Amino acid sequence: MDAQAVFDLVAARFGDAVSAFSAGAPKDATFVIAPDRLVDVMTYLRDDPALRFDFLQNVTAVDWPKEQRLQSVYHLFSYTHRHEIGVKVNLPRAQPRVASLASLWKSANWLEREQYDLLGIVYEGHPDLRRLMMPDDWLGHPMRKDYKEATEYRGMPTTRPSPMNLILAYDKAHPTAAKKDGPA
Amino acid sequence: MNHDPTATSQKRRVVLGVRDVGDMDAPELPSESIPLNMGPSHPAMHGTVRMVLDVEGEKISNVDIQIGYLHRCFEKEAEHATYTQIFPYTDRLNYISPMLNNVGYAMAVEKLLGIDKKIPERAQYIRVIVGEMARISDHMTCLGAGAMELGAFTAFLYMLKAREWIWELLEEVSGARLTHSYMRIGGVSADLTEGFMPRLRDILTKSRVVLADVDKLLTRNRIFRDRMDGIGIFNKEDCAAWGVTGPVGRSAGLAYDVRKDHPYLVYDRLDFDVPIGSVGDNFDRYAVRVEEMNQSMRILEQAMDQIADGPVLVNDPRIVLPAKSETYNSIEAMIAHFKIIMDGIRVPAGEVYSFTEGGNGELGFYIVADGTGRPWKCRVRPPCVPAVALLEKILPGLFIADVVPTFGMINMIGGECDR
Repeated sequence: MDAQAVFDLVAARFGDAVSAFSAGAPKDATFVIAPDRLVDVMTYLRDDPALRFDFLQNVTAVDWPKEQRLQSVYHLFSYTHRHEIGVKVNLPRAQPRVASLASLWKSANWLEREQYDLLGIVYEGHPDLRRLMMPDDWLGHPMRKDYKEATEYRGMPTTRPSPMNLILAYDKAHPTAAKKDGPA
Repeated sequence: MNHDPTATSQKRRVVLGVRDVGDMDAPELPSESIPLNMGPSHPAMHGTVRMVLDVEGEKISNVDIQIGYLHRCFEKEAEHATYTQIFPYTDRLNYISPMLNNVGYAMAVEKLLGIDKKIPERAQYIRVIVGEMARISDHMTCLGAGAMELGAFTAFLYMLKAREWIWELLEEVSGARLTHSYMRIGGVSADLTEGFMPRLRDILTKSRVVLADVDKLLTRNRIFRDRMDGIGIFNKEDCAAWGVTGPVGRSAGLAYDVRKDHPYLVYDRLDFDVPIGSVGDNFDRYAVRVEEMNQSMRILEQAMDQIADGPVLVNDPRIVLPAKSETYNSIEAMIAHFKIIMDGIRVPAGEVYSFTEGGNGELGFYIVADGTGRPWKCRVRPPCVPAVALLEKILPGLFIADVVPTFGMINMIGGECDR
């Protein structure tokens, strides 16, 4: 089944909850789901015999600071029918909360944990929402476009002085060394 | 006191291979669950990963797997690099088979540019050839290291010897033994070297001998089989639900190979089989990988017969770097080179999810372009993360010693898992 047919089936059933279909060829087809209907639409995509998207390939999220939104992106594939589709959910950047899909696909568990860790999307109903990549006590969500790294983590500085400054400091401490051939 | 040592020893004799410790006549001792850390730095942990096991005696009752110790911010770095500059980062994802990562990334960007149908045929064949060589080296490393962790050091050395032949040839082609960065957007960086085909044929012949030797050493080895058979059984439904693909999924009966089910490059012109396991235990994962190496060799032989002469890069100066001789001798080519490297290839805005068959399963690249020379988002779908996640369900009930072969046969690669 091609992507347009998939979208038509979903649109016929859920109406306004799905929108913005982009055929995108040769790129991949995607459409957008309203956040509050995500689980309903995904359950339908997984269970309908004509669609049967039984493989959640990928969960990721994209930060769009200008539009003040975070986009949670899902890629689905069907082992049964060998077709694929991309699905997106737009979330407000200040309060990015969306239902977890871990009850539908087990693979969502770790994939959502990673997005929670790196972009700060809260997946409601997730069985084990902990950081996956960063340490548990890390502050902030590094994949946000406006992320600023803290100056230190547990007393360890996250930056180091430019080696050039070390050389200049050395020259200052040893004035005779600087007189020879340029710095150090 | 009438002490008869033979009576006790007969009573206590345990038949080799029977895993039920209940045979011992020791009374049931009270045991409470204690936490045991395996890793982050452990000789049998590929890369750095930490497992917090709850053990009751030798038996695992619960496990919490923590990854991320090798997190090097691939996605964040990629947002700050131009499309060409990302290739070296992809080398360091699965560092056992960098060519496959190179191919996967290059194909994703080509799809965004809309040139995926215009890649010269010779370049596509070269991608298949070096990719399958990388797959063989990946499986050799996995099986060799897995056998070594069970004490079979000879098999490990044999496998590494054969892997080195492959890597030497890849070094000859790309200039680097391990971090090849051989692909370019629009093709490959250079044609195959003189005498590549005869050398590859020679390596295949020699590698078959090595595989036969290792087969003799391992496949019917009692020690090896005792630790592999029936241990760490994955079933098909779990693999589908957890998103496990590649050799691990196929060993459990999940017949999904991107090369067959979603053909890319020239795989639809090549004749090969996809081995499927029936039990899904460690031994099946070993057997599937052995057979995949044989199939990769078949692919290589066919590709070597079919490949024809021709260009290896698309003819588009907006995408492809000028020839080195031009770059060093003309100001125009120098500027073009500088623009492509520093400003990046202008990729039209859009998004693409492109997936290929990596060494461990489906390797996906999700790239969002915003019309500049750098990706807005570059996400990797790592093939071994789902398998490691599924371990949290598989390990409880096994013994501590079973962690080593089970984890070895998953073939988790730290660079790819943590990115």
